[in-house]
Amino acid sequence: MPQVLLSARGLVIRFGGVIAADGVDLDIVEGEHLAIIGPNGAGKTTFLNMATGYLKPQAGRVEFLGEDITAHSPRTITRLGIARAFQIPQLFLDHTVIESLLIAAASRAGRLTTMRNLHALPERDEMVRLLALVGADDVAERKAIVLPEGKRKLVDIAMALALRPKLVLMDEPTSGVASSEKFAIMDVLVAALDAQGVTSVFVEHDMEVVERYADRVAVWSAGRIQTSGPPAEVLKDPTVVSQVIGI
Amino acid sequence: MPRRLPVLVVAGIIGLAAVLLLPLLSPSLVTLLALILAKGIVVLGIIILLQAGQVSFGHAMFFGAGAYAVAFYGRYVGTGDMLLYLLFGAVSGGVLGLVVGLFVVRYREIFFGMLNLAFSMVLWSLLEKMFHYTNGADGIRVARPTIAGMAFTPEGFSYALLYLTFAIAVAALFIVQRYLESPLGHMLRAIKSNETRLEYLGVSARRVLLVGYVVSAVLGGLGGSLVAAIQQIATPEFAYWTKSGEFVFIAILGGAGHALGAFAGATVFEFVRFYASAQLADAWQMILGGVLIVIILLAPAGLIGLLARHRGAEPPRAA
Amino acid sequence: MNATIAVLAALDGISYAALVFLVSVGLSLIFGVMRIVNVAHGSLYAYGAYAAATIGLAVAPISPWLTYPGLLIAAIGVGAVIGGFLERFLLRLVYGRDEALQLLITFAVFMILDNLQRVIWGVQPIFAAVPLQLLPNISVLGVGYTSYQTLLLPGVAILTLVGLRYFLRRTLAGAVILAVTEDREAATAIGIDPHRVFLTTFILGAVLAALGGALASPTTSLLPGIGTDMIVLSFAVAATAGLGQIEGAAVAALMIGLARALAIYTYPEFEVLVPYLIMVVVLLLRPQGLFGTARMRRI
Repeated sequence: MPQVLLSARGLVIRFGGVIAADGVDLDIVEGEHLAIIGPNGAGKTTFLNMATGYLKPQAGRVEFLGEDITAHSPRTITRLGIARAFQIPQLFLDHTVIESLLIAAASRAGRLTTMRNLHALPERDEMVRLLALVGADDVAERKAIVLPEGKRKLVDIAMALALRPKLVLMDEPTSGVASSEKFAIMDVLVAALDAQGVTSVFVEHDMEVVERYADRVAVWSAGRIQTSGPPAEVLKDPTVVSQVIGI
Repeated sequence: MPRRLPVLVVAGIIGLAAVLLLPLLSPSLVTLLALILAKGIVVLGIIILLQAGQVSFGHAMFFGAGAYAVAFYGRYVGTGDMLLYLLFGAVSGGVLGLVVGLFVVRYREIFFGMLNLAFSMVLWSLLEKMFHYTNGADGIRVARPTIAGMAFTPEGFSYALLYLTFAIAVAALFIVQRYLESPLGHMLRAIKSNETRLEYLGVSARRVLLVGYVVSAVLGGLGGSLVAAIQQIATPEFAYWTKSGEFVFIAILGGAGHALGAFAGATVFEFVRFYASAQLADAWQMILGGVLIVIILLAPAGLIGLLARHRGAEPPRAA
Repeated sequence: MNATIAVLAALDGISYAALVFLVSVGLSLIFGVMRIVNVAHGSLYAYGAYAAATIGLAVAPISPWLTYPGLLIAAIGVGAVIGGFLERFLLRLVYGRDEALQLLITFAVFMILDNLQRVIWGVQPIFAAVPLQLLPNISVLGVGYTSYQTLLLPGVAILTLVGLRYFLRRTLAGAVILAVTEDREAATAIGIDPHRVFLTTFILGAVLAALGGALASPTTSLLPGIGTDMIVLSFAVAATAGLGQIEGAAVAALMIGLARALAIYTYPEFEVLVPYLIMVVVLLLRPQGLFGTARMRRI
């Protein structure tokens, strides 16, 4: 039986009159690539916020490898092995791309007390390779602030992967990326994740990407996970089609 | 990045030349140059915090702590050695920095600034009013210490102190530059651009800021002990809010994006004050105020920024 | 601590609080609307005091009662002219810039004004106590005190508080100011010119600071440095209340004024310490101030 990495039970959160989560139950199994689909603004990002400690749910709990992480901070949860890539890329605008990755690597490797130059870290080669993997090595020496949206997305994902997490949560990884490149990037990304045994959850709106890369699809609607299953089944389900994919 | 090393070396050579040659022109410059270097050391601390996007309006508290550590030692124990004074200055700055830092690093921007101001005013009010211990507004005189065990004539002392201060300033500049280029230094800068992202990389922004804060406090205390020895007095004004403002002023004037800005700013500030007081009686404040306004409006990256632009390089980030 | 001392301390505290309130509320108002910490506020206080003294000394020989309108003219003159000039020709150039840079510009202005003050009025103490001496002494609970300090000062403070409340809550101009404070972008979107609002607000704040100075001048001898002390004290009061809080500034001023007066009569070494100790404690527990709304995000 594959291990359950992350499990959410009964998560509830309301903002004023808006119910963003109404009893969310979700298990994320080791090694899988889970896609979460659902209408825009329905609360999927809020769920990621709760799972990573940025928001505290008003009810319910989140467990990671059996440990209750509901009250933990994003920093602690990151150190436990969960990394996050954001819907709007969260970068260090004043640093170059390679510097940002090196900061991530330094955190992972605990290189905080060294007086060595950041660029002299032993992890440098690995970060250069990681940038090449996600297709952002051409902008390695550019400052994040000058990057176009698509490259920012890739750098954001690279920063998450630099942490060598057990689980990576990606919020719309291919939005902002040119459609001709989406598959190329996802091919490489998913292969790399599999090679390192990294579990992934991605919120996605592009159903082609979902169909090709997800092992399982969870459908988010009205503040909870309504159904989940293999893409072939779920994406053909008429209720899903009308509620989520919407035609 | 490689561009910076020659700049520091060039600056070091210019500094050394100035320190050795200018006093030959006018001996009164010896004290002035020492003061510039000592204040530059304190302002290095301000620049460290500016890298994290935070302005401390209470830095004078570390300056005052360092100065009074020396003054108290002289008053209650006896005149000591300058190297011991430096140790006291650095340690008192560091300890106070750790204690206050544990509280203030939880805050940002105006709240950070206000809380620092409040702490510094608490220290100032104690120094000003606890007459029995601190001698109040008149301050405590600091007798000339020995330097590395050697006693000096009054004139020899000021020269020796100048060279010692220069050495410390160079060491401080070197260490701060290395710190800012280390992983911890980059994380400090990351606090300014995206603190949330830093937390999501598993780094405690509070701890990173605390390290920067304590380093800047050590520099403040070090500078305070030097100035107490240079001016041979410690007064409550060392901890007053206008002194904190002066340090921030110098940082912005010199250019907050580069460690050299601390010394560039201190040089201009003290030279203007020195010559304006001598020639124009009491107008140095007005002149400096005007200079600051011009810098903020036209050259917010400070003097270093102007220099960088002139050389065709990309100016370091402004505050 | 007998009853006489207690009453004296209370009266001291209240009259002192009235002056500090006038300066703090102006500072708070300016920050609330423009998000600028006006370090030059202390200079406005000092100039108001010196101007009132100068006018007072000039008109007193003609008729001592003229010193009262003199106080008012000094306050309004200093506030409108210096405040207006500052906002229109200097601050306007740095709107939208980093808040620390805006603060530093006001610090530069403070340096210039502080220097100019010594050039104009010198460093010798100036004494112009006619407005205070003209009014009779009164007896409060058996303790003698000047009616200037026990009645006039608190009276003006209360009037100011009520007037500000009325102005902000009940007039159109006040509503406009509140709108810009709450949401500058939205206010601009509906056609409000924020620059007009900033000018009005800054002058109002400046006049209040100058008024505080003018009213203070009969009670003390004027020396260089009164502005320097007052700016940091009024900032402590404003921050303790919560920057932007009007009514809160009155409460904080009273609290700090009374605590300070108490210290003077019991442990005088702590007189100056008290306001800043209160500020530290309050800011540590509630960084937004006693009455401020929590806007700050803490990691």
